Amino acid sequence: MSAGPRDFKANAATAIADAGLQRALAGLPGGLVAQRTAAVARCPEFEALRDQGRDIRDHTLANLDLYLEQFETNAKHAGSHVHWAATATEACKIIADICAFANAELVVKGKSMVSEEIGLNAHLQRGGLEVVETDLGEYIIQNRGETPSHIIAPAIHLTQADVEADFRRLHDHLQKARVFHDPADLVAEARAILREKFLAADVGITGANFLISETGSSIIVTNEGNGDLTQILPKTHIVVASIEKVVPTLNDAATLLKLLARSATGQDMTAYTTFATGPRRAGDLDGPEACHIVIVDNGRSEMLAGDMREALRCIRCGACMNHCPVYNAIGGHAYGWVYPGPIGAVLTPGLLGLEQAAHLPNASTFCGACETVCPVKIPLVKLMRGWRTAGHECNGGAWPLAAWSFAARRPRLYHGSARFAAAILGAIGRSSGAFHWLPFARGWTRHRDLAAPQGRTFQQLWSETKRGVPR
Amino acid sequence: MLSPKLFVQRNHCLTGATSITVAASIAQKPEYPLKPRAGLFVTCLVDLFRPSVGFAAAKLIEASGCTVDVPIGQTCCGQPAYNSGDRYSARTIGLQTIRAFAGCDYVVVPSGSCAAMLKLHVPKLFDDDASQLRAEAAAFAERVHELTSFLVHIRGVTAVPGTYKGRVTYHDACSGLRELGIRPAPRKLLSAMSGVELVESQNADACCGFGGLFAEKYPDISNAILSKKVADLAASQTPLVLSGDLGCLMNIAGKCSRDRRGLACRHIAEVLADELTDPPIGMPNDHAVAP
Repeated sequence: MSAGPRDFKANAATAIADAGLQRALAGLPGGLVAQRTAAVARCPEFEALRDQGRDIRDHTLANLDLYLEQFETNAKHAGSHVHWAATATEACKIIADICAFANAELVVKGKSMVSEEIGLNAHLQRGGLEVVETDLGEYIIQNRGETPSHIIAPAIHLTQADVEADFRRLHDHLQKARVFHDPADLVAEARAILREKFLAADVGITGANFLISETGSSIIVTNEGNGDLTQILPKTHIVVASIEKVVPTLNDAATLLKLLARSATGQDMTAYTTFATGPRRAGDLDGPEACHIVIVDNGRSEMLAGDMREALRCIRCGACMNHCPVYNAIGGHAYGWVYPGPIGAVLTPGLLGLEQAAHLPNASTFCGACETVCPVKIPLVKLMRGWRTAGHECNGGAWPLAAWSFAARRPRLYHGSARFAAAILGAIGRSSGAFHWLPFARGWTRHRDLAAPQGRTFQQLWSETKRGVPR
Repeated sequence: MLSPKLFVQRNHCLTGATSITVAASIAQKPEYPLKPRAGLFVTCLVDLFRPSVGFAAAKLIEASGCTVDVPIGQTCCGQPAYNSGDRYSARTIGLQTIRAFAGCDYVVVPSGSCAAMLKLHVPKLFDDDASQLRAEAAAFAERVHELTSFLVHIRGVTAVPGTYKGRVTYHDACSGLRELGIRPAPRKLLSAMSGVELVESQNADACCGFGGLFAEKYPDISNAILSKKVADLAASQTPLVLSGDLGCLMNIAGKCSRDRRGLACRHIAEVLADELTDPPIGMPNDHAVAP
């Protein structure tokens, strides 16, 4: 459904009018939000962990070159091949080449946001490969031809009924009379179908929640076990991860994992936390024969060097969007690109360019709820404001605001204008108390009335009553 | 309390009077030591739309044992410019405010949002400045307080002039709540009024969808957020919504008015100070209902 971030306003209007989407979004406060609240309450050291998490991420970002090189050395030592991709195109080409080298026909994938970012599926499919998403949510939306609407719950915009209808249509070789009592039945059906794909796949592609510099390992956290099968069963495993995923040590990863699961799904730990270090060794019972790690920059080095570095602390838990009133109102597709919510409003202008994504950092009330839950304390409001400042420096502001600022910098002019406005608007509006429509506040009066001024400004009244009276 | 020495220096530079005459005027004052001088930062919305909030704030500040000063050199906190990315205007307005309140012991703001702007953000605009300007901004920020937290935490107020009787609900405005931690202060002041029963609404700390220019620029999204807020407030089954920020209140009151919900909205200062002659926000002059 989604057009790009340029069409944010229209996308948002469509989303608000979509009754099905609104029903699905209504589950967020009682779902992921409530689960996180409960998990944090069970973890008295959570605030201290947030500080530690922020410090680990800041330290890593400040020494990113060092830790990436160390990761490469250790990953190679463990038998992995490490590839560097400066752009999305490069990353796609590297991965397609690895698949070609493996004579692949079928690729299974674990959930990976960076693969969405680089447009990997479309690229591989154009090359004639069959690509199957194995995360249940990703599988559901892949079958619908949609993109994820949330970074950890990609099908959160859908209801159970939507999924059931899709499965009946798609899996038409199964009994028509079968009954889906609850989500577990849907999971069971998807599992049975995906099991065949895992066994037949030539290549498994996963993302990485973290790359461990000291060991050359990658970590994935899942609740379905699909990621494990993806990286263990096929002969070739490809990890695709962006440069900021690296952390120095296993200890650092342990701290961040404590934050990640609690912030994302409200779990103390996800069902599976899987470490992969190189391909199968002699004597190993399972594992891929070859392991490739593709490390993607795609604009991050520039963010690292600029004012938006703190955004690269992100560990992709999704808490900021779960708690965002804007995301809760419109869902993820309206943002028009891979990363929705507050973190998307900061990352998207950095990765796609501000011109494409100017709406996103502006479409925030700056309520700050995102910052209070971010596990690594990204100052999201400050960063969104930073993009607004960058936009203002390029394009200047709208003229009404410029006129207001001009007056606000000149108290005499300002107080005179305020008196005038209060008198006029007061005279017109006082009888009803509020305006139903005003030419210069059409956005405001579209859905709500505007209270009329009381008639005279405070400064005016204060001057008449108090000021000048000797104290 | 100020030392008399400080007072002499300050008045000396403000009025140009000689220290001898100032000393003489101190001698004549019966209520020595002198009351601290609180500058009221009116806020642009209160100035233009609802002066009664300003008078209520002045009354409360005076009742807490301060003299109230309203510098004419103030306009707005500069937040509309700052949050639109216009740092130049925000800085100019900020400096103008700092200078306007130079003679005040406190700067008191009947809005958490404007107080957060003056206390937390204005100093940042001078971060890369010559040390004197930076120090001036930092010293100014130290003296800035949101009204209810000023009354409770700085002045130790435990009783208020208000005599309102009835059930009320309170909306925690975002900036004050998350940037300044204002949550206990308004509740403490309301609990000092024996006739007031505070009924907490569901999600009292959820955003109302105002967001300054956001409400004008993204009206549909703002409305979606606001509709949930108003439904939560209405479910509290109180006739009166209070908050510490006029922006949020105008947003909520505007929606109540459009949807013809019989829910009145007032700034908390009006209730605390018994400044209730004006009708609730957005209601006509002949509004009959008590709140």
